[in-house]
Amino acid sequence: MKELSPTEIKDEKLYLDWGLSEQEYESVQRMLGRLPNFTETGLFAAMWSEHCSYKSSKPLLKQFPSKGKRILQGPGEGAGIIDIGDGQAVVFKAESHNHPTAVEPYQGAATGVGGIVRDIFSMGARPIASLNSLHFGEPTDPRTKFLVDQTVAGIGDYGNCMGIPTVGGELTFDDAFKQNPVMNAMCVGLLDVENSQIGAAAGAGNLIYYVGAKTGRDGIQGAIFASAEFSDEKETQRSAVQVGDPFAEKQLMEACLDLIQNHADILVGIQDMGAAGLVSSSAEMGAKAGYGMELNLDLVPQREAGMIPYELMLSESQERMLLCVKKGYGKQVEELFDRYESEAVQIGVVTEDTSYKLYQHGKLVADVPVHTLVDEAPVYTYESKMPERMNEVNNFVPEVTNLNETMEAMLKQPTIASKHEIFERYDSMVQTNTIVAPGSDAAVIRVRGTNKALAMTTDANPRYLYLNPYLGGQIAVSEAARNIVASGGVPIGITDCLNFGKPNDPEVYYELSQATKGMAEACTIFDTPVISGNVSLYNESNKKAIYPTPMVGMVGLIEKQSDITTIDFKNADDLIYLLGTTGNDYNGSEIQKMQEGTISGQFENFDLATEKANQDLVTKAIQAGLVVSAHDLAEGGLAVGLVESVFKHELGFAVAVDLTAAELFSETQSRFILSVKPANKAAFEEIVKENAQLIGQVTAEQDLKISTKDHQEMNLNVGATKTIWKESLAWQLK
Amino acid sequence: MKFAIISFPGSNCEYDLFYLLRDEFQIETVFVDYRETSLPADAKAVLIPGGFSYGDYLRSGAIARFSPIMEAVKEFANNGGLVIGICNGFQILTEAGLLPGALRHNESLNFICKPEPLAVKNNQTSFTNLYDDSETVVFPIAHGEGNYYCDEETLAKLKQNNQIVFTYQDNPNGSVEDIAGIVNEAGNVLGMMPHPERASEAILGGIDGARLFQAMIDSQAVKN
Repeated sequence: MKELSPTEIKDEKLYLDWGLSEQEYESVQRMLGRLPNFTETGLFAAMWSEHCSYKSSKPLLKQFPSKGKRILQGPGEGAGIIDIGDGQAVVFKAESHNHPTAVEPYQGAATGVGGIVRDIFSMGARPIASLNSLHFGEPTDPRTKFLVDQTVAGIGDYGNCMGIPTVGGELTFDDAFKQNPVMNAMCVGLLDVENSQIGAAAGAGNLIYYVGAKTGRDGIQGAIFASAEFSDEKETQRSAVQVGDPFAEKQLMEACLDLIQNHADILVGIQDMGAAGLVSSSAEMGAKAGYGMELNLDLVPQREAGMIPYELMLSESQERMLLCVKKGYGKQVEELFDRYESEAVQIGVVTEDTSYKLYQHGKLVADVPVHTLVDEAPVYTYESKMPERMNEVNNFVPEVTNLNETMEAMLKQPTIASKHEIFERYDSMVQTNTIVAPGSDAAVIRVRGTNKALAMTTDANPRYLYLNPYLGGQIAVSEAARNIVASGGVPIGITDCLNFGKPNDPEVYYELSQATKGMAEACTIFDTPVISGNVSLYNESNKKAIYPTPMVGMVGLIEKQSDITTIDFKNADDLIYLLGTTGNDYNGSEIQKMQEGTISGQFENFDLATEKANQDLVTKAIQAGLVVSAHDLAEGGLAVGLVESVFKHELGFAVAVDLTAAELFSETQSRFILSVKPANKAAFEEIVKENAQLIGQVTAEQDLKISTKDHQEMNLNVGATKTIWKESLAWQLK
Repeated sequence: MKFAIISFPGSNCEYDLFYLLRDEFQIETVFVDYRETSLPADAKAVLIPGGFSYGDYLRSGAIARFSPIMEAVKEFANNGGLVIGICNGFQILTEAGLLPGALRHNESLNFICKPEPLAVKNNQTSFTNLYDDSETVVFPIAHGEGNYYCDEETLAKLKQNNQIVFTYQDNPNGSVEDIAGIVNEAGNVLGMMPHPERASEAILGGIDGARLFQAMIDSQAVKN
């Protein structure tokens, strides 16, 4: 790479290739009072990229509630922290790795996991679970088959080696994600509050330590790459994808946790080198503490010869962290990391003034005020326009003439079919705390040494968001809460990944602003502050944006392990209740997708207050010990929810509903299926009153029987039906 | 009574064993670093945990076997001490020559994690004498390289000496003769791919594994 002179950069407008606009370049000049050199231009391009600066989403993110009585740390750090009592806290965050996954799915997904894990242990927490949220094109597409296989392999290989159970996630398929899949990874950690860390480098004279793997040329410009759309005209940017080494990260994690837990007195701050690598970690640590920094790039451990400052600062090589260590204790840190066969090298010092200075080969190669990199990025709002499609009317009502056939066809739909072949490629049990493994509404992890447990889930239904971003945003949060509640938990907070198209497209900006508004309102209702998250814009390919996909990662607290509830019917003769009312909600539904090939029409039937009231009833019934199983209704509606409830124990059911056969597949929100012991009928009904209807019973006979008010009958055998559900996806992905 | 858990760089199931033995069996358990050259003098049993020692780079277990502590483990085994290697521990024991055969990539080439029904083929060992003969037990598996292989001659010997301890009922990985776990000729070294420590508490979905640890605790080798 040739370093152009400041005037060449200006004349040839090199900054445009790096994602800095004309105006942004001018404001850099104004702040510096001179032309930025090659390295400095690179620093600003990275730090002011959407990925690092949130310049297009900041005003929208302000809508999110981020405070609450349990919240110890909101957004702005490696991850947020929520108090769970007894001196312990849960730490979690999610991050998108969509573009790397589209280009090189194995490494893209693996390093997505690696990055989010570092965010968690940088806070002083031990990672206890990983989740993900994956959206791909249709499984019939050959490249999609490859992407799914490699993405799953990448997630599994990284998490399995780290010894962090992958306990949950979602996987859906829609053509809108064909060129630009969504790969979001979430990590949850457990923290002894006294060990809590922040990423700040305070105190002049304190030492800046680089720890972990060496720096190479991989992932250079990763943050910039993540902030641009794909197109066939531009070559794919393979060099922008990083390569992961989970073993190195495991050693690095153990070393960092040892340092934090046993030598907190010598550690001032710690931060992951994630997006925009060395520059973002160091500049943010300095700016946050209000100090400057001097780094000697000759000391940075390097994997390749002849790297220029631009490359060293913007490389996104994995498995690296930056520490601020108290003056005089460098040797101790080096010895500690050496025990883990991980490298620790002092590369700089904290300075009293607030300038950010980089040296290489004895020469000053960059000198900028640290806050200009971190805090002075421009903030944009864009024109917003409601997408035309939202005016389209579609009075679609599914045609169901043979309930058995429709049911079987629905179970083969890739979004509904069992994902067990995927989940089984993840170690979901290591650490021996997994009480509820993947496949239920939410995963549940015990908090060892207490009677508590944590429920966790990831959710987004991009189809609803496509038809109505505002209500879809509310639903994303509500559905996550519904999953937590059905598992016996009380929602305590969320993280999010906002995966959208290009913000300067007015329709995309409408989606983004409406979805976040809806999410914010729902978070307020459920008292689930947003404690961390990430924004991934420019998810477009050849000018077509993905469906708006704000992934919600939610954690719930279960105070008593006896409250843990799973989706499966457990005993013959238990009563089956449907909680919530069912309407004609077919737009955006799985059955619309199946019968019409795509989704369309208006989507309007959703009410947050009803949602909250229904969830509260479920919580009350569970906490009263009256609920044997609980399952929230989602894709495929009541019919699919019922059959999913029998697969584990291979029981049957006999159900009669005051609904049409079509309505069995309606996706009206805010509904649950609950099973209750006959002896608890009166006590249960006393709580739910007319909000739940008794619709049938679990049977020992393995027949799945439903009769409808329009005189249709379903009668399937559980074994045969389970086989269809279990094997369909694997066949489609072959 | 002291159980020693060997911890290698990249081990990740060592705490699962530690907490289980401490909390469910009240057994004093210590970690022994791979750089040590001797075991604690009062160690009564050695456990080699699952995980990815050295990242499974080169070949699972291939680097760990050169760790300084392995000489002490060999000596302990040769003197009749109880040694169990679970998952990566099994891989290390075969690489170290304490058990015959090798573990290859699963036939599907994919990592597999799920509960797996096993048959107890030999209930006469110090690890399995609390199980009924041919009893079915369910232990989770979680491995990418669990496909047991040995040549015909070795297999004949394993059978002849009754060294095959656990077999899969629904072979998930392509192992020869459905082998899930074997002992050495003397019967004091057990290697198995499935994880009994993940099936030893009701809250985790099964307790079949608990009897394996109880049998070890009750054994003469540990009591003496």
